Amino acid sequence: MELDVDLHKNLGAFSLDAAFTVQGERIGVFGPSGSGKSTLASLLAGLQRPDKGHIRLDGEVLYDSSCAVDVPPERRRIGIVFQRPHLFPHMNVRANLLYGFRRSAPSDRRIDFDSLVEVLQIGHLLSRGVHNLSGGEKQRVAIARTVLSSPRLLLMDEPLSALDDSLKFQIIDYLKAAGEAFRIPHLFISHSLLEMRIMADRVLAVGAGRIEAQTTAEELARSRMGQSPVGYINLLRLAHPRRVDGMSAYAWGGTELLISAANERPEALFELSSKDIILIKQHPDAISARNLLDCIVADTFRSGNKVGVELACGGGRLVAEVVQEAARDLGIETGSRLFAAIKASAFRRLG
Amino acid sequence: MPAFTSAEYMAILLSLKVSIVATLVSLPFGFGAAYAMTYRQFRGKVLLDVAVNLPLTLPPVVIGYLLLLLLGQRGFIGRHLLQPLGITLIFTWKAAVVATAVVGFPLMVRSIRLGMEGVDERLIQAARTLGAGWFDTIVTVIIPLSLRGIAAGSALMFARGLGEFGATIVVAGNIPGVTQTIPLAIYEYASSPDGDAMALALCLVSVVISVVVLLLHEYLNRRIAKAD
Repeated sequence: MELDVDLHKNLGAFSLDAAFTVQGERIGVFGPSGSGKSTLASLLAGLQRPDKGHIRLDGEVLYDSSCAVDVPPERRRIGIVFQRPHLFPHMNVRANLLYGFRRSAPSDRRIDFDSLVEVLQIGHLLSRGVHNLSGGEKQRVAIARTVLSSPRLLLMDEPLSALDDSLKFQIIDYLKAAGEAFRIPHLFISHSLLEMRIMADRVLAVGAGRIEAQTTAEELARSRMGQSPVGYINLLRLAHPRRVDGMSAYAWGGTELLISAANERPEALFELSSKDIILIKQHPDAISARNLLDCIVADTFRSGNKVGVELACGGGRLVAEVVQEAARDLGIETGSRLFAAIKASAFRRLG
Repeated sequence: MPAFTSAEYMAILLSLKVSIVATLVSLPFGFGAAYAMTYRQFRGKVLLDVAVNLPLTLPPVVIGYLLLLLLGQRGFIGRHLLQPLGITLIFTWKAAVVATAVVGFPLMVRSIRLGMEGVDERLIQAARTLGAGWFDTIVTVIIPLSLRGIAAGSALMFARGLGEFGATIVVAGNIPGVTQTIPLAIYEYASSPDGDAMALALCLVSVVISVVVLLLHEYLNRRIAKAD
């Protein structure tokens, strides 16, 4: 997918000036609330009219003020998943799901109804009214409804912000599953760096109505490590734990990680802050931290007054942070050998 | 209770007929005006708003008189539109329909508008991005979700129509069996020396019809609420 945009929109006290060209299947738009992310989404979808500029999606002009092209939203084939589900209250789940499907051209229909219902696990809800659904079920139906309209681009405008934490990561899994199963490129809009890391490769950083940078979620996380109160968040998707002394042992990078946040599910996503990793030069005799990893420094980077240390532990990668003095004392440079001590309780399960 | 003669039955039937026809004829226009005022941005929106609501504040007699000037044989619409088509409106039951429609129009538009403003704009946007054009969106989202407003507007207009007096008497006159509706008949009996019993009986009919309309409206309202 290639999106080429140059848009200007004046909204009184706020004005949006966005110019970018972005390629990829998993694009993120990251910025604080009020930075113009949602305005950008509604301009792209055709729900608001820009003052001037152009929008080209895969070479097709959707809007161009210089030659008076303005494709109406129903013919842009850009689907939106909003922050709240916005299901049609006068229709049941099935009618909601089929609303976009029935209106799409048969030649564009790439999504099989039954397999999508299977992926999002909403088969048992089909004949229900939308008022009898839980928040998570509603959002899954809303995602399915949009995907079924066979859009060529899926705009997700903060689709997780209205959900509580445990639900959020369930829905993320469904979003990823739907995206991967049906190969629809998406533009994921969020103010959460963590969501960006999970849902996007290329990221447009937005601030005060301008595109500030085009980067990757990884670079963004590294550059913000220094100022962030939680540091850099390592994301680890781990599976099939073994029970050891009341903890769970997960296979990771050729070794095992001991984690105290128990979980019944076979697969889970854990976060580990770069602040919670202690780096040691020599192997200690005994240590209270339950994980002691033998690592090689793969890379270092500066962020504020901190030094980020990318560690290669077997096949796994972790980012730790130390202050500059500590980096000097430990003689940290690419290729040096270190031990990383991590408490079993430092891992936090997401979802 | 005095026995009704055919003139009274005619008045009752005529009242019902005029109100029903006026409501049905106004519905598409009322919906259009409410839609334009709720969803469209255009020049002269304020002007449309004032024009639609004017009958609410003007005395019905004034409306009737203006209609008479407009629709009469020498009036602008009367001469250029109605005469070439061979239509005579003034002093027929159709004039009563026009008068009732104009007087009740603001009430209808207000109710429908209120219903439309209650429709979440995001639902309309969702429909559009799912591939529904604007007309499709009106039919499948806006109308079903503002049905309560539409029902309320129709009931209000019908009820207002049953009581229409001032504008009707000016444009349609008070001809028994032709343009004499219940209020006009009551007026005639009330101003004749021994018409009190008849006037009262017609009042009773008026009350009964109004109660039935209100009950019907309440019933419809509940059914729509249940369907939502």
